[in-house]
Amino acid sequence: MYLEATLTPPIQAKLKTTGADAVLRSLVEEDVDLIFGYPGGAIMPVYDALYHYQDRVRHVMTRHEQGAIHAAQGYARATGKVGVVLATSGPGATNLITGIADAMIDSTPLVCITGQVGSHLLGSDAFQETDIISISMPATKWNYQVTKAEDLPAALARAFFIAKSGRPGPVLIDITKDAQFASLDFEYRKCEQIRSYKPVPEIDLNQVRKAAALINSAKKPFVLFGQGVILGNAEEEFRAFIEKTGIPAAWTLLGLSALSTDHPLNVGMLGMHGNYGPNVLTNECDVLIAIGMRFDDRVTGNLATYAKQAKIIHLDIDPSEINKNVKIDIPVLGNCKETLTELTEAVEFNSHSAWRSKFKEYDKVEAEKVIYKELQPTTGPISMAEVINQINQTTQGDAILVTDVGQHQMIACRYTKFIKSKSNITSGGLGTMGFCLPAALGAKLGAPEREVIAVIGDGGFQMTIQELGTIFQTQAAVKIVILNNSFLGMVRQWQQLFFDKRYSSTEMVNPDFVAIAKGYRIEAKSVTEREELESAVKEMLRHDGSYLLEVHVGKEDNVFPMIPTGASVSDIRLD
Amino acid sequence: MERAYTISIFSENSVGLLNRITSIFTRRHVNIDSINSSESENPGIYRFTIVVHTTEEQIKKMVLQIEKQVEVLKAVYHIDEETVFQEIALYKISTQSVAEGNLVETLIRDNNARILSMEQDFMIIEKTGHKEETQDLLEFLRPYGVLEFVRSGRVSVIKPMDELEELK
Ligand SMILES: Cc1ncc(C[n+]2csc(CCOP(=O)(O)OP(=O)(O)O)c2C)c(N)n1
Repeated sequence: MYLEATLTPPIQAKLKTTGADAVLRSLVEEDVDLIFGYPGGAIMPVYDALYHYQDRVRHVMTRHEQGAIHAAQGYARATGKVGVVLATSGPGATNLITGIADAMIDSTPLVCITGQVGSHLLGSDAFQETDIISISMPATKWNYQVTKAEDLPAALARAFFIAKSGRPGPVLIDITKDAQFASLDFEYRKCEQIRSYKPVPEIDLNQVRKAAALINSAKKPFVLFGQGVILGNAEEEFRAFIEKTGIPAAWTLLGLSALSTDHPLNVGMLGMHGNYGPNVLTNECDVLIAIGMRFDDRVTGNLATYAKQAKIIHLDIDPSEINKNVKIDIPVLGNCKETLTELTEAVEFNSHSAWRSKFKEYDKVEAEKVIYKELQPTTGPISMAEVINQINQTTQGDAILVTDVGQHQMIACRYTKFIKSKSNITSGGLGTMGFCLPAALGAKLGAPEREVIAVIGDGGFQMTIQELGTIFQTQAAVKIVILNNSFLGMVRQWQQLFFDKRYSSTEMVNPDFVAIAKGYRIEAKSVTEREELESAVKEMLRHDGSYLLEVHVGKEDNVFPMIPTGASVSDIRLD
Repeated sequence: MERAYTISIFSENSVGLLNRITSIFTRRHVNIDSINSSESENPGIYRFTIVVHTTEEQIKKMVLQIEKQVEVLKAVYHIDEETVFQEIALYKISTQSVAEGNLVETLIRDNNARILSMEQDFMIIEKTGHKEETQDLLEFLRPYGVLEFVRSGRVSVIKPMDELEELK
């Protein structure tokens, strides 16, 4: 059958076993040693099999399936490996949908395994039957329902290959209960190609040469980099390229940490709450070189006035991204690890010092008007940026930052220092509140040697607050910082700026977060005064184990700069 | 400018792929005018023919999205002039109403249609052609009482010789 496609030769002799056991064996073959999930009726045979693999496959039971999938995302983003999620049919499976959509838009490799009612019951509205294949279809890179045990190894081999190859994404395998119980002759062959699927386009050296010629003739070239650099493991190649050409480079939210924040060519953040210079100068550069990014509307603002003066080069692995939002002059398809290597070879040394000093001029203005008073206010309530600044002082950029969605996310990404790649984990494309806490757990379990700091708003924290239970149970030493402004801050900011301050349903009466953390037996502290902040942050980071620090910040502080929706990047507002 | 485009998709035969493909149109609020699927000249490779009205900019993007699907081998789009296409229509007419005179028979002959089946109470006429042609015949037959009418999706082959080379 068609799943057979082109698998590698068997690596072991056939072995008679059950479908459920085959799932675990397949995970072991794929070197999976950590998975996240939540049990229930239709997946019980797999959970039973899991019991016998505890020494090889660690299962983390979260408190909600959404928690499981966000944890798997955090794990995948911190490690570069495929995140694996288990859930039962019906509500278990539908609870995964937000995470699946999030992983799809942020290109995160996941394999989600869901149980399904017995195949004889399909379509009968059986207890906990839901058509998860149809529901998840538009949000998965691929999905497949297995109704026969003998199809399981090939389906899982395909799932892993598709999830991690090319532009990564989430895959869902739905397994009927009878297929889990049935027996099969197990043999595992890794999937290495599928005839209808071309994960990495061939490099066209002609395009590389054209791009190089344009770059060599550019007077004011500007690089935009996204997560493609991280997903392609191309950080070194990327750095070599900008260092040789002397081109200033700015990041998208998901590109952050691919290049250390204090690199002299790193000119900061793009987009709606990005830095002043990169946004304004997007509309002044003569050649724009986009690398592994997709011209999201949060980055481009009004497309009609976006970089119209520039010739645009786009390096991407996904042909459907070319010309999707912005008209591209020179597309360079391929894995950027390879295309950047070729490109660096073909370009000339340069320094562009005059052009680079333009960014510095804008930096100065932004520092004076925004940054300085954000990072070091002397009066009034604590600012969000001040907390980030304090964290920077202690970590020196050597921590994984996980953020939720809202004002704190923008502030944390604007101000956090990074010296290592794969260190910024946030929900970018979908903007999923509730992402942070479970994603931080997954990141910490995937990279236990690293400090993992979760920076969350008081709103988003309460969307997946139950995962404090999982954090305590796993003893994952996640540091949780709640920036509490008693508002759904980002929405409130828009209400203030664009809806005449009508604060419709955005103010929150919050619980005692410290008491809640302590209820989960997690050490916690709350600060309101500026004088307490430094020692509180240090205490949190020194603490052995997870810790929750609540910081009361200005209730009605806003994030600036800001490109109002529909405005041009060059119309970015500083206040 | 919006116009009709015929998309030809070559794919594996997998459950649910049609769903994946149609959601690419649904998501962009593009209506599908007609859709057809059958096995192609290559055993195991299926061919979808989909007709949509849209702009060239949009069709390009949608075809790239279709081609991106794991089980799609190739997707191409063409305007009518670049393809040879047909639809088939069936008309069910009451025998009684056509009994008078042989006007219907003339109509059938003049329209290059044919009688597929003749029963006691009704006859089935078949016509293959472009939509305008099958529609014309429908209008001609209306006075005689059309009991049922159905038109198939478009099937189309493309004129350019080299576009599908990689499928060989
Ligand atoms: C699941 C979900 N629901 C709604 C939103 C819309 N939304 C975006 S930011 C935001 C406010 C977030 O408030 P909070 O978590 O307190 O963070 P803050 O902005 O105050 O830092 C809301 C409601 C969202 N992004 N995700």
